[in-house]
Amino acid sequence: MEEKPGPLRLTGFAALQLLMFPLVLVTVVFVVLGGVLTVVTVGIPILLAALPSLHWITDRHRSMAAQTLGHDVPANRLPSTGQPLFTRLQTWARDPMTWRELTWALVIVPVGFILSLLTVLLLLVVVTGAFWWYGAPHIMRLRAMLDRALLSRGHTGQLEQRVVDLTVSRADTVDHSAAELRRIERDLHDGAQARLVALGMTLGMADDLFARDPEAARKLVTEARDTTGAALGDLRSVVRGIHPPVLADRGLAGAVQALALDMAVPVEVTTDLAGRPPAPVESAVYFAIAECLANIGKHAAAANGWVELRWTDGCLHAVVGDDGRGGADVNAGTGMRGVMRRLAAFDGTMRVSSPAGGPTLITLEVPCALSLPRTTPSSGTA
Amino acid sequence: MRLVVAEDNALLRDGLIRLLEANGATIVAAVDNATTLAVALRENEADGAVLDVRMPPTFTDEGLRAAIDIRAERTGFPVMVLSQYVEQLYARELLASGQGAVGYLLKDRVANVGEFVDGVRRVVAGGTVIDPEVISTIMAKREEPVDRLTPREQEVLALMAEGRSNQAIASALFVTEKAVAKHTNSIFAKLDLPVADDDNRRVRAVLAWLRV
Repeated sequence: MEEKPGPLRLTGFAALQLLMFPLVLVTVVFVVLGGVLTVVTVGIPILLAALPSLHWITDRHRSMAAQTLGHDVPANRLPSTGQPLFTRLQTWARDPMTWRELTWALVIVPVGFILSLLTVLLLLVVVTGAFWWYGAPHIMRLRAMLDRALLSRGHTGQLEQRVVDLTVSRADTVDHSAAELRRIERDLHDGAQARLVALGMTLGMADDLFARDPEAARKLVTEARDTTGAALGDLRSVVRGIHPPVLADRGLAGAVQALALDMAVPVEVTTDLAGRPPAPVESAVYFAIAECLANIGKHAAAANGWVELRWTDGCLHAVVGDDGRGGADVNAGTGMRGVMRRLAAFDGTMRVSSPAGGPTLITLEVPCALSLPRTTPSSGTA
Repeated sequence: MRLVVAEDNALLRDGLIRLLEANGATIVAAVDNATTLAVALRENEADGAVLDVRMPPTFTDEGLRAAIDIRAERTGFPVMVLSQYVEQLYARELLASGQGAVGYLLKDRVANVGEFVDGVRRVVAGGTVIDPEVISTIMAKREEPVDRLTPREQEVLALMAEGRSNQAIASALFVTEKAVAKHTNSIFAKLDLPVADDDNRRVRAVLAWLRV
């Protein structure tokens, strides 16, 4: 965060808090009233207006507390955007944060009001100017700490949330790996293994025929040679699905260049990586980009595509874009969901912006460190 | 034909040597890593090298890098690069110097002995032999200046890139050799290739097609 606000700005916060005090009171009255009246239905519209108002007020106080303290004061509400009104109300009622905010309005706000008033008065009653100069930061810090105590989950609460997130992403990762192993087993069983069995049979028949009908035996041997070619082709595609050799050879930047070259539409690749990300991250991001590019080829009807790879602030950023028709839906296919689950194992995220008519931009971000430099900045068109 | 062979897998190395020697080549050195390859090439008079992409010490793409290094040192030194998988990216890197005498094939192709040995001969003679798998990914793209070619001419060019002679192209497309010659002349004209001997123009046409 940027540098902490001075006494004057803090007093501004205090004045704002004083101005918002009546609003807090009114909102609390309506929330309580609405809560009681839900038994006779009329409470529902009251709550639908009063709770967002409470959220707004608490968010302003969180923001002021965050600036005063110099670190984030996150709201950690349960996600409710996009839900139907009634479900949203249920989510709010279930959310412990709603109850904390209400408690805050009843308990902290009166105490905080006194602290804020004190700060403003110290400045207004000019003779106490010295007390104001030294006191305001301390008083406002106290107020911010009180606000934070109820408006944000404590350290334990945040850790609990983290454990929940990790449990979910770990389960997804395990599921994903198990599904991958099943797929590989099936591919080997139906592909290379079956072909090798056929190869053995063909050679066996040729062996029988050599003495009696050398010409027929020779045909079978040629057939056997073609079967080895097909079996090798199967094995190559399995290997590409596990860990593409070009990724092992050239790292993410080179492998993405290779992917771009194989695209039917020209794809420009710009990379700025001073080193290589950890191998599992490299692999997850590679398959994510491969999926995005495959979708461009299949659905986007694009004339041009581009991929940007960049590492800043301890985070690997990848942007895959195209000038196609847009309207991409992440939830439409299993591919993108798989990509998101795989990235989630590394706390990675994916954002999709794809308005109808394009362009489509998919942004992948994965926090990671880079190892010793191997690749250099480069760019090129495929 | 005096060749250096570099392949780390002993089975495959012996197989390659046997196969090449049975077809009239002399193997002047056979090595199993990129470092000794450089030494072997310096100490022996060779007409060309047959290399595996993945070799010790890092087991990534040292064979490819070695091929590029040799050709930087000895312009147009013929190399046939073999790999378990092929990448268009690597084909472009091999051809980036703008000279021919380059082969890039899947190891599977060795099974077709006649065609493989013929490919090595073509590379040593200065031609280009690119794997059909690389060719097919390029065929999926339709771009300038290759766009100006008719579908038939594109087919001819693709087979040319695989290192086939006019005679082989004729039999693959079920047309006369004369018809193939007509197509190749038309390709050379459309790609604005200056008049030179036929082999050189073939290489240039393939390079233009691979856009390197």
